[in-house]
Parts: sequence; structure tokens; C-alpha cells
Amino acid sequence: MKSSDREFIAEAEDILNEAGRLLIEIQEGGPKPDGVNAIFRAFHTLKGLSGLFGHKGITDLSHALESILDDLRLGKIAFSDRLVEFLFGKLDNVRGAIELVKNGGEPDTAADLDEIESFRKGLSGPVSTQSLEGLLDETILKVLSEYEEHRLKTNISEGKGIYFLRKVFDIGEFDRSLENVMKEVKGMGELISTLPTSEGVQPGNIGFNLLFSCPKPFEELSEYFGEALEELVKPRTVEAKPVSISLKSASTAVRVDIEKLDRILNTIGELTLTKSAVKRVADEMRETLGHSALVLDVYKINQSLERRLLELQSQVLEIRMVPIGQIFGRLQQVIKRYCKEAGKHIDLAMYGEETELDKYLAEQVIDPLVHIVRNAIDHGIESAEERARAGKKEEGSIVLKAFQRGNHVVIEVRDDGRGIDFERVMRKAVEKGMVEKGAVLQKREMLEILFTPGFSTKESVSEVSGRGVGLDIVRDKLSGMGGFHDIETELGMGTTFSVTLPITLAVIKSLVVRVGDERFGIPLTSISETQAINVPDLQSIEGRKVYNLREEMLPVTSLSEVFQFEADKSDRSFIVVVGFGERRIGLLVDELFGQQEIVIKSLGDYLRSVKGFAGAAEIGRHDVILVLDVESIIEESLRQKGNLHV
Amino acid sequence: MKSILIVEDSATTRSLIRAVVEEAGEFETVEASTGFEALKQLPARNFDLIITDINMPDINGLELINFVKTDSRYQGIPMIIISTEKSDEDRKRGIAMGASAYITKPFKAKALQETINKVLTA
Repeated sequence: MKSSDREFIAEAEDILNEAGRLLIEIQEGGPKPDGVNAIFRAFHTLKGLSGLFGHKGITDLSHALESILDDLRLGKIAFSDRLVEFLFGKLDNVRGAIELVKNGGEPDTAADLDEIESFRKGLSGPVSTQSLEGLLDETILKVLSEYEEHRLKTNISEGKGIYFLRKVFDIGEFDRSLENVMKEVKGMGELISTLPTSEGVQPGNIGFNLLFSCPKPFEELSEYFGEALEELVKPRTVEAKPVSISLKSASTAVRVDIEKLDRILNTIGELTLTKSAVKRVADEMRETLGHSALVLDVYKINQSLERRLLELQSQVLEIRMVPIGQIFGRLQQVIKRYCKEAGKHIDLAMYGEETELDKYLAEQVIDPLVHIVRNAIDHGIESAEERARAGKKEEGSIVLKAFQRGNHVVIEVRDDGRGIDFERVMRKAVEKGMVEKGAVLQKREMLEILFTPGFSTKESVSEVSGRGVGLDIVRDKLSGMGGFHDIETELGMGTTFSVTLPITLAVIKSLVVRVGDERFGIPLTSISETQAINVPDLQSIEGRKVYNLREEMLPVTSLSEVFQFEADKSDRSFIVVVGFGERRIGLLVDELFGQQEIVIKSLGDYLRSVKGFAGAAEIGRHDVILVLDVESIIEESLRQKGNLHV
Repeated sequence: MKSILIVEDSATTRSLIRAVVEEAGEFETVEASTGFEALKQLPARNFDLIITDINMPDINGLELINFVKTDSRYQGIPMIIISTEKSDEDRKRGIAMGASAYITKPFKAKALQETINKVLTA
């Protein structure tokens, strides 16, 4: 293959992946103009790209698909599930064509083109007839693209108001500020055009005219945007078109942006702090006034406040919960597509779809799960012939299962494939210089190797598992969510990859501890027990501290060593046992302060690279503590040479 | 040496355009992968030519042309549109706004080189 073809294929694959993602998005969330336009652009770019590289079959195919999407985005045809299904199918064929190019062939897409043509003939839809004449200034209209003009017409015919917002920024750093404004505008309506301008702008600055639609009246918007806002077309009430009777209209459900719920939780978190302050005042009053009726009253009121706050909090948390079936549905699609690509037949079963998880975490866990599923299809499940030879059913099996365990949700991906071949893992690890030759590692340690950046047992990068994303990224992502993973595997029988996540991240209970002059929060969900110990009882095995906890040698990590500051020199100390199963360690701390409910705030971009912390939290009297990212500390601790050395 | 700004969101196409441009003569090329990036590059040097795609995220090629052609500092810089035949309507609008020429994707290296030389000597 020519090196330029390699570049073409890499970019084409990126484009197709993006188009696939966007298709899933509009299939689930409906045809949002931005999404449809982005899919149109994907095929448009692919057409230009394949044309430049002389792959006529792909150019023609993407041109035909682009035309359908152009009609859709310009409102010439109507959106339907059938259309999305059709596009999914054709997307697979484009992938097939690219695959052929990769193997040195040249695809013949004539049959596809005929099929697309006849499909397109069967489509029809509303064409916007709204005229813009007299409604808008010519200077605005002449710079709009055809698509933007169409969106403008559609919005006006739907009765939305059309507004013009003018913003001026420093030329050197306009992008971030502009993106914020664009986000605000998109939150209120549809951003139609972002037009840069230097008219009436000081040198060194740049102006942007944002043209957008919004159903809200000018008065309401100008309160928010101020004088920079101009009204071009007034919003009006449009008589609703008669629609077929839908059960949905009888539903009392409302859709709420998760950010709004976050804000409510933040307020509750702050109220919790206020409540603690009231309690403190009550304590001080009791010391000076004794158990007077007034003091008891304050206590009672505070207790009632506490109960109400807890109720409120659990109600909001309940609203944030979504059934895991939503994630499984998306995984199911991914599995279908990957199986097709990999040419494997898989029987998929799902259990526990009704198990609930916080919406934010549900969104975040999808990427890691997709990666795990891809691994199962690509590395786990054998080819039909190989399975037949091993006396297995020709069809492979993948089971997705979710269930609740205490304050956690466990999601399992189980396959009945070939299992992890540890001999091969070790060979590769020795080859890569990760492990010394002849070393004997425990199973847990060998599994750890799989999570080392840059490790892969595959000789070449596989089509299905994708490029450049390793299990280390899966682990980091899970750890960022306060979650962790576990693998059970048996050679020839299959592998079960389980992901454990806290049910919610929004408000957590944490144990406040002291090390030297510093205090830290440790999420209670990560702690299995605490123990007061005599420091001289700590033993040293192969250069690392361990503690004999009921006949089990528990690795101990001193937080003062991890973060490099002075701890107390006392003989009495505490260990906080964190982690689960074989991944348990003891954290050595000087003092335990007790439990506290905290709202974790992110450390911000500036401190993002600092390892070992999940965020910061306020704990009364404006004190701020850092909250430990237990999973990353366990990881670091188990990874240290002293531990892996054999 | 004359300097040329290439605005194109596809990395592969961009480097291809760059290679063709550099073959056409002694040019210094600067690449921008989005309209925003192009806006940031503009004040940095005196460009002799801008080659732009139309369909791009953030701001599109037409919005970029309008900006350049209405700003007294830049309006003298000739612009060439490179786009696919799908956006015929948009290409007409680009020319109406003051772009000097358009090239259809897929383009022949020679056609682009000739257009560049023609536009620069006009």
C-alpha cells in the first residue's frame, strides 16, 4: 500500500467512525439540525478526500449518500427510522469499500448506487416555502450559505424569534470566549451563523455577529445578553399543526438538562454546610448557655432541617438515575456492527437492564464499555472454525449483566472465547522489557501488565479494537469516575470483565483523615475498614511495608511518602484499608476525624495533571480539603517496583 | 517569498494542497485546520493568497471570505475556493463576495498551480 493511501484510509476511517457515532445520536435523540449537518459534512469530506486519491467507487458512493443527507438537512425529505436504518447499512458498505482499498483492491459500488437512487426516489418531504424578502437585511442574507439560509427560513416559519448578537474579543484568545458564548446561545435556541467581522472593531480585537433563533421574546433575552442583542424577527405563536394522537403527549414527564440538576445538588451541598454551621453555633451556645430551652429549640430545628435536606437530596439523586438498559441498547448496536466487521457471529444476552445508575456516570462509562466489548469480539471470541475445533458452539456468546452491590453498580461483560493466554502475555512482557526473563508473577500481577500503557499481545493493530486506545485508558477513565475493574479469565473458557462504579458521584460520604499538618477526604465507598496500629508492628517484605491483618499480609502505603511531607513521629498510627479483593492496600495516616458528607469540586484544568486527587471539597468554616483518588493511589502503589519485583 | 494560507479541515487534503502549492513555486505555506485558526493567523503575517474550503466546522469558508473582503487590512488578498461540486450554490455566493477563483475537488495539481499563478500575477 502506498503511504498516501495509508493516510487516506486513516482519515476515512476516522470520518466513518464519527458518522456512525452521529447516526446513533440522531437515531436516539431525533434529527437535530447540527447533527444532521455534521453527518452531511462527514460524507462531503469523504467524497472530496476519496476523489483526491482517485478512488472513484468510494467517491460515487459518498456522493450519493451526501445527496440524501443534503436533502435531509435542507428539509427536502423527511426524517424517518427507515432512513436511519438505510444509512447505517450503507455506512457499513462504505467501510467494506475502504477495507477493500486497504487490501489493494478497488471497490465496485454500482449496485449500491442503484439501490441508493431507487431509495431516494421513494422519499419525499416538506419543502420550506418561507420567503425572507423584507424580513432581513440584504447584507446579512448574502453571506449565509444555502444550509444556513434554509435553517433561517425553517426557524422563522416555526415562529421562532431571530436575533443578532454582537461580541468583540481579543484576537489572540477569542476562541475560548467565543465558544462559551456559542454554548450559551445553543442552550437557548439554534445558532444559525457565526460571522466574524472587523467593522467598528479596535485593532487587536475581532468582532463576531451571531445569528440565532430562539422562541423567547427579546425582553427576556436582552436581560441576559444586554445591549449587544438586536431583534431581527419577533417570535410569534404558531398554530400547532394537527398531529396524530400520541400517547407521549399524555405523559407528565419533562426532560431536564443534567446541569440543572447539578446546580440543585450544589445548592443542597452548600445548604448542608450552612446546616453544619448552625449546629456549630448551637454547640457554642450550649457551652455558654447550658441546656436552655432556646438551645434545645435550635437543636430541634437543626435536626428537622437535616432530615428535610436528606430527603431533598435523595429525591434529586433519584431524578438523575437512568436504567442501564439505555447503555446496553447502545452497546447492542456497537456489537452488531463490530461483529459484521470482524465476520463473527455472536449471541448476545442482557440481564439487569432495569438497574439504575447516575446519568452522568452512565454517559461516561459508555466509552470504556465499548472498548471492553470490542476486545471481547476481537481478541476473545474465536473464529467459527477455531470454535468448532475446540468443540464449542459455532456462535460465540457475550453476556452483558448489571446489578447493584451496596453503594455500587457492577456491569459485567462476559464472553465464552479463548480466555487470556498468560504465557503469551508473559512472553510479550519480557520482549518489551516490562518483566525480567524467568520471573514468576502472580495472576493479579500478570493482569496488571495488560493495563500498562503500550502493551498489546496483538502483532498488528486490529481493525475492530481500533487504533491507539489501550486498556490503560479504560482504567484511567474508570478511576476518574471513582470506579474500578476486575478480570476473571480461564484459558479456553472465556473472560469476564467487570466494571464497578459508585451509584452516584454527586454527593458522597467521606472519611476525613490527618497526615502531618494536612487533612484529606477518602470516599467511604472505597474503604472496607480502619484499624489502629502500633507502627513497630509494620513489617518489611522485599523492601515494602506490610501489615499482618488477621493473618493476611496487607501492603501498606504511607500517604506522607506518597505526597512527600512530614508525618507524626508517633508509634501509634492508623491504617485505612481501601480497595477490594486482591487489590487492597492500607493507607497509613496519623489521625481519623470521622465521616462527613461532601460535594466534590473539580480541581480545574490547571491542576488536572496532578495525580492522586479526585478533587477538593469544603468542610465547614471555609476549610478546604483534598479528596483522594483511591484507585490511582492503589494503582501507583501496586505498580511500584518493590511490589512487582520478583 | 510569497506566503499562502491554506484553510482546510481535512488533514490529508490539506497536506496534499500544501504539496501541490509548494511544487508550483517558491511559496511559504501556513496551514489552518479551522476557520477560527485562519482568523488567528491573519494578523500574524502579510499573506499574498488564501486558499479555502467552504464546508468546515466553526465558521465556514463563506464567512471567512466575507471577513477578509470587508476588512480594509486584508481585502486586497486574493482568495481561491477549493470545494466539491455539491456546493455549487455556495460557490457562486463565494465568488459574489469577492473570491478570485474556484477549483472543484477532486482537483488536478496542474489546474490548481495554474490558478495560483494566474491569481497572483493578476
